[in-house]
Amino acid sequence: MTTAIKVENVSKTYTRDKMSVPVLNNVSIEIPEGEFVALMGPSGSGKTTLLNLIAGIDRPTGGRVSVQGEDIGTMNESSLAKWRSRNIGFIFQFYNLIPVLTAYENVELPLMLTPLSKAQRKQQVETSLAIVGLADRMKHTPNQLSGGQQQRVAIARAIATDPNIIVADEPTGDLDKKSALEIMTLLERLNKEFGKTIIMVTHDPSAAEHAHIVRHLDKGDLLPEGA
Amino acid sequence: MKIPFYYILRNFFARKLTASITIVGVALVVFVFAAVLMMAYGVEKALISTGSDENAIITRKGSNNEISSIIDLQTANELSTLKGIAKDAQGKVVVSYEVATVINLDKKSGGMSNVSVRGVSPQVFVLRPGVKLAQGTWFRSGSREIVVGKQTNARFQGAALGDKVKFGGDFWTIVGIMDANGSAFDSEMWVDVEQLRGAYKRDAYSSMTFKFTSKDDLETMKSKISGDPRLNQMEVEIERSFFEKQSEALAMFLRVLGLVVTIIFSVGAMIGAMITMYTSVANRTVEIGTLRALGFRRGAVLFAFLFESLMLSLVGGVSGLILASGLTFFSISTMNFSSFSELAFSFAMSPSIIITSLLFAILMGFVGGVLPSWRASRMKIVDSLRGA
Amino acid sequence: MNTTRMVMKNTLRHPLRNILTILGIAIAVSAFGLLRTVLTSWDAGIEAGSVDRLVTRDAVSFIFPLPLAYADKIEKTEGIDKLCYLNWFGGVYKDKQNFFPRMACQPDRIFDVYPEYVVSTQEREAFINERNACVVGESIAQQFNIKLGDLMTVEGDIYPGKWDFVVRGIYKRRDQNTDGTQMFFSWVYLNERLLQDAPSRANKIGWVVTKLKPGTNSAAVSKAIDNQFINSSAETKSETERAFNQSFFESYSAIFTAIRIMSILIIGIILMVLGNTMIMSTRERTREYAMLKALGFRGNHLVAFIAGESIIIAFIGAIIGVGMLYLMVLGVGAVVPKQFFPVFFIAPSTYIISFSSAVLLGGLASILPVWHNTKIQIVDGLRFNG
Repeated sequence: MTTAIKVENVSKTYTRDKMSVPVLNNVSIEIPEGEFVALMGPSGSGKTTLLNLIAGIDRPTGGRVSVQGEDIGTMNESSLAKWRSRNIGFIFQFYNLIPVLTAYENVELPLMLTPLSKAQRKQQVETSLAIVGLADRMKHTPNQLSGGQQQRVAIARAIATDPNIIVADEPTGDLDKKSALEIMTLLERLNKEFGKTIIMVTHDPSAAEHAHIVRHLDKGDLLPEGA
Repeated sequence: MKIPFYYILRNFFARKLTASITIVGVALVVFVFAAVLMMAYGVEKALISTGSDENAIITRKGSNNEISSIIDLQTANELSTLKGIAKDAQGKVVVSYEVATVINLDKKSGGMSNVSVRGVSPQVFVLRPGVKLAQGTWFRSGSREIVVGKQTNARFQGAALGDKVKFGGDFWTIVGIMDANGSAFDSEMWVDVEQLRGAYKRDAYSSMTFKFTSKDDLETMKSKISGDPRLNQMEVEIERSFFEKQSEALAMFLRVLGLVVTIIFSVGAMIGAMITMYTSVANRTVEIGTLRALGFRRGAVLFAFLFESLMLSLVGGVSGLILASGLTFFSISTMNFSSFSELAFSFAMSPSIIITSLLFAILMGFVGGVLPSWRASRMKIVDSLRGA
Repeated sequence: MNTTRMVMKNTLRHPLRNILTILGIAIAVSAFGLLRTVLTSWDAGIEAGSVDRLVTRDAVSFIFPLPLAYADKIEKTEGIDKLCYLNWFGGVYKDKQNFFPRMACQPDRIFDVYPEYVVSTQEREAFINERNACVVGESIAQQFNIKLGDLMTVEGDIYPGKWDFVVRGIYKRRDQNTDGTQMFFSWVYLNERLLQDAPSRANKIGWVVTKLKPGTNSAAVSKAIDNQFINSSAETKSETERAFNQSFFESYSAIFTAIRIMSILIIGIILMVLGNTMIMSTRERTREYAMLKALGFRGNHLVAFIAGESIIIAFIGAIIGVGMLYLMVLGVGAVVPKQFFPVFFIAPSTYIISFSSAVLLGGLASILPVWHNTKIQIVDGLRFNG
């Protein structure tokens, strides 16, 4: 199995009001392609920061992050943005859907960055929404949907461009148990059926159960596997 | 996760930014509003200070200004014998026989404008003690010399000490500069009346200004003049009100122009305040719900938001006024329609301008804030707690 | 789904706020246009002054008359086609407020010199043949409801007494910028009465208007005219009508400057109203913009989204504002007496400037929000809550 993500000796320090706050200390992790990894840990342990670094929306203070053999630290902002649009699907705790756009249009958003024709985009959007089971809700706006449905739209948006890697930050954090289960089942399916590499931050143990690998962070340190 | 103190700061900055924009908007409107009123008041002040309450002026009936007025020598003589004209220690009547005319001069700022030339009698200094020599000497009677007002000196080419000005077929030398304390005389040129009359070969004066003995005597004089067929073409008026009338047209024009523009401006500012207040209400929905849940009444919520809006506009109003009061250091000049000549005046502040401007600012805050505040007070507690 | 659609959807997100903003911009644009129209109308007044006509007046001031004999001398000057002399009459018609220009002229020549005042042959004949006939402009006739054959009584101030005139003609304006507020009557009528009442003031003319032969050098003719009277008791100053108008309007330059400053302040108001709205709208969407950036949208996309919205709002505001301006100018034209603005119409350049500056301001107003949202780190933006 090839390595999808390779994090080597990465550290991250935030500076606020002249105070340096270390968030990650020398973290190294390798995630093989097609894995489903859950990152767990208390608030402030650095799990979201690690996720952001892997997703290329934040830069490490030290160390190297390579994704599919590419060192994303060497890319400039604009090529990094392009890279994200092709390789990463994002799922956020609060869905981050645009309220004035329909489900269809929200899913279509990342496709605006591709050279696909209108017809091709339509097919992609419809396929994605069908996968998440919302083919009949395409015309609805986010506030006409339940929290679980909104998160499914967000997942459809994450897979619309068919990226290899999906990052999810607390995808069930704002949902009831039943909806949370639906979301986790969906993510599992994306992993198994479509071979997506998934990295998920959560502090919900029942969500983490769906992952193959669970890693814990504490005060910026990645604890050894199985700890 | 860390406390996003950074964001609190950022929020604060963002709110401060929109609040500042609202304040600046109101300040700008109040500034323009006050500036226009100050301009109109400046014109009035310049002309009111030109005339004195103790002097009266005689002009021909129907002439709105001195230029078009004519008093022939015989009539002037007749008038000077009437009872009611004060006499000096030597027993001479305190009268200035005057000829008013205008000449074209080039303005330093470009273009030409009319400058009033006033021929005056020696008694004028008794009549108008406010006019002081600032530089040089007074014109000698019997010679073609000019004393220019300080504003004319400052704004026109060829109006400096020693310059020669050509009119009435002759050259006149500027020998002095006078300071008339901000009145319209500052925008004039004074010469010996007999010389001016001679140069233009006129057997008439334009007007007569005199010191009157008492109000009653003046009334008697008025009825005497209107009853005398040789004199009833003439009209007596208190000097102050005569000059005050000459400010009416220009001051009115400035006020109307200014009012129309500021009304339109203020709509912009009120809309700005309204947008800010609506957003302020929207951002604090939960806060409003909490206050209401704690037992605060609708009225209290309404008042709180309205107060915020009034404060914003009041701060704007005060800043606008402070800005506008800086204008009092400037003076401008323009053609006065009534006297057909250039008039220089300063922006002048008055208590009534301050009060009107502040009321105007508060009105803008009220109109801008009332609807958003009303919306805030009408919110249902449950809905607002949910942050809908 | 494309950028335009995204921008449209965002624009409709806060209907109340954006309607208010559009309204604010519309009012400001119309005020801006109105002030500009005042300025361009005055300019049009200057432009209406022909460069093919000369005005000869007393060199010291317009208020001093010239000897009648000057007219003949001027007529003999090389390069002159036609000539007419006039006297400023002034006076009061019914009320002091009604101050349209009233002038004594030569009835048989005035319409040759001023072909832009159009009268019928019958009207012209009647004007020439009747001693106390007068001709008024159509704007004045309309305003004071004056009809042919009416008697107009004017109370003189420069020329004292009551003066009666019979309206024998109402001239039409040839061009949009022709002044329709003048009143003309015969100089002979004025002079006859002066000979009786004030002989010293008779046989004087206010100024002389000359029409030049085509292709004549106006500067040379002006000089030729003025040279004839140099060192006389009444030296003259000749200049083209346009230059004459210009020097007259320059006396009011302080007022024009005030109007210009106000129109600049109005632009500031537009910028503030729009900027305020855009700052608030984009601030509420900080997380969305961060999400879009995470998805791979870049700075230029945000510029398109934010500036696009700002410009759309400004554009709609400008359209409504210009529409309002049109109505306001109609209204002002109907309400404000013609003599304040003999010509009052919206110059095409006003439309162009109003639109382009509104759109430009739309762009400017988005600079701060764009800057803020492109600079903010994605991770910070995602955590942002209003």
